[in-house]
Amino acid sequence: MAWILLGLLAAVVAFAPLPALSSPPQARTLRQGSAQAFEIDARQFAYSPSELKVNTGDTVTIQLVSADVVHGLYVDGYDVSVEADPGQSATLTFVADKPGSFRFRCNITCGAMHPFMIGKLTVGSNDWLYRSIGFSILAIIGILLFPRSTPITNYQLPPTDH
Amino acid sequence: MELTRLPLLKSALKSRYPQLAVFIVMLVGYIFAILAGLIGTPVGSHNFSIVFVWIGWWAILILVAVPFFGRGWCAVCPIPLPGEWLQRGAILSPPDKKPKWLNLRVPKMFRNIWLQNISFLLLALFSSVLLTTPNITGIILAAMLFTAIGLSMIFERRAFCRYLCPVGGFIGLYSQTAPIELRINDKQVCAKCEGKPCYNGNEKGYGCPWDVFPGGLTKNTYCGLCMECLRTCPHDNIALNLRPFAADLAKPSARMDEAFKAFIMLGSAMIYAGVLLGPWGALKDAAYNVGSGAWFVYAAAFLAIIFVVLPGTFRLMIFPSPIGRGAALSPSKGAGVRAFAALSNSLIPLGLMFWVAFSLSFVLTNASYIFAALSDPLGLGWNLFGTANIAWQPILTSILAPAQTLSLVGGLAWSARTAQRSAQEAHVSSVPVVVYCFIVTAFMLWLLL
Ligand code: SF4
Ligand code: SF4
Ligand code: SF4
Ligand SMILES: [Cu+2]
Repeated sequence: MAWILLGLLAAVVAFAPLPALSSPPQARTLRQGSAQAFEIDARQFAYSPSELKVNTGDTVTIQLVSADVVHGLYVDGYDVSVEADPGQSATLTFVADKPGSFRFRCNITCGAMHPFMIGKLTVGSNDWLYRSIGFSILAIIGILLFPRSTPITNYQLPPTDH
Repeated sequence: MELTRLPLLKSALKSRYPQLAVFIVMLVGYIFAILAGLIGTPVGSHNFSIVFVWIGWWAILILVAVPFFGRGWCAVCPIPLPGEWLQRGAILSPPDKKPKWLNLRVPKMFRNIWLQNISFLLLALFSSVLLTTPNITGIILAAMLFTAIGLSMIFERRAFCRYLCPVGGFIGLYSQTAPIELRINDKQVCAKCEGKPCYNGNEKGYGCPWDVFPGGLTKNTYCGLCMECLRTCPHDNIALNLRPFAADLAKPSARMDEAFKAFIMLGSAMIYAGVLLGPWGALKDAAYNVGSGAWFVYAAAFLAIIFVVLPGTFRLMIFPSPIGRGAALSPSKGAGVRAFAALSNSLIPLGLMFWVAFSLSFVLTNASYIFAALSDPLGLGWNLFGTANIAWQPILTSILAPAQTLSLVGGLAWSARTAQRSAQEAHVSSVPVVVYCFIVTAFMLWLLL
């Protein structure tokens, strides 16, 4: 019974809209479809700026400028990418229609730490993080309120027939 | 459920040939990884050593082998083999009684996992270089092989595995959560057993290479699942059992070396998640430029988080006053230390799930390198299987975040349950431990999501 209740609560945490968190108030007026442009400087093995925030529905333009070797920029979840030759720049434009937090990363092997050349794009607010923390709270409340009735210490070695 | 009741499985485990076949494949792969690291391309993501060790092996180890088979990896690990074969003077034939080499006992002060804690940390501090530089990976793999050989010549049994292997330490720690165990069936039979061949060896096989007396096993940590005792026990008293997950944690151990291992692993997972997967370039630079000023700061911060911040907060939360509640009940100082160590055991499931969540991201993002490295293991432009030019592409990105949440929240619930049991044994409240687990989980969620 208690677990059904917790399950329902978990479903609420998972799917309920988070109006207060879905965008900062001052951004609300320009929420739909404004244009956001960033110039990102790429060098071994970091982007700068490495954290981008846009609103859901924005048209995002990223001008990638490579300072040393060929670098790419691939956005997880959106599956779009661009690459810039050394000293050159290249432009990527896409519509940020999926809310959430996404890693962007270099997709052209550029040296040792290449697999970890990573930045972060947040579209709208990072709802999934808040929901996940909500799940965590529910989980520990459930566990603190309903201690296990049959502790695992009762576990026995299997019976032997020798 | 006793798996060794299945006749086919039992004879496959008892026979040395299936194990030997796997050993040979593993050893060949291992030596190839060393060579690839040393002579192949310096570009990590196209070198067999990096791709197969740090993506392939790591994924299998942390996502499958450890959670489901405990020390299952150690049962097939190639690292101690050459040393063990030399030590025995044989690969398959039954033991002859004369020790061939020095066969010393490891000094008492080293018979704990502090050396493993240190060896793990040494690698961890250099991990950004190790993970990305093939020749460093090759050198480290070779060094482990030769150290294991050296220790086999000096000490008895598998000294390297028991006391030094940087991987073995955490496999042992987390193997306690696995749903599989090797145990004896009947204590009475062991009590009456003459000569204890499972520990001392007989004509059927060697005494426990892991220096464990199977009759006394209560947890998986130090049993390498090598199956020698299954071969030697004349009374058929050894069983491989399926059991509930984490059954070993019901009776928490109270050893400080193991308690700190739990903090080391928990902390390293968080630091890796921040440094390697986070968006902070300065951190990556500091971690990668070993020897620079920034690296020393990074190393100091790494050690401070692991040895001071995490255990210190834990200590303060479970015993807010110097004379803590554990100590109040049984007023010796030792009781407080034991309660600290016992409660730290609750962090084991959470730590394992931290590693799972971290590794999911790392592995799914880079798994496509495996296909390319399979066809061109040395990065020399070969194309053995026609997969050399498969482009890099992260896989399953859409399920990554939910899977990470599931592992972290699952790990939190699992640890909270474990804490309730350990706290009961230590006669303290479990609430501070649960809150501690929640705080670190929330932090890890923030780092990864
Ligand atoms: S302890 Fe280390 S060297 Fe020994 S079997 Fe396990 S992983 Fe291999
Ligand atoms: S050989 Fe078998 S019966 Fe004898 S002590 Fe070992 S496990 Fe027990
Ligand atoms: S001999 Fe038995 S107890 Fe010892 S490591 Fe091997 S399987 Fe484990
Ligand atoms: Cu790159």
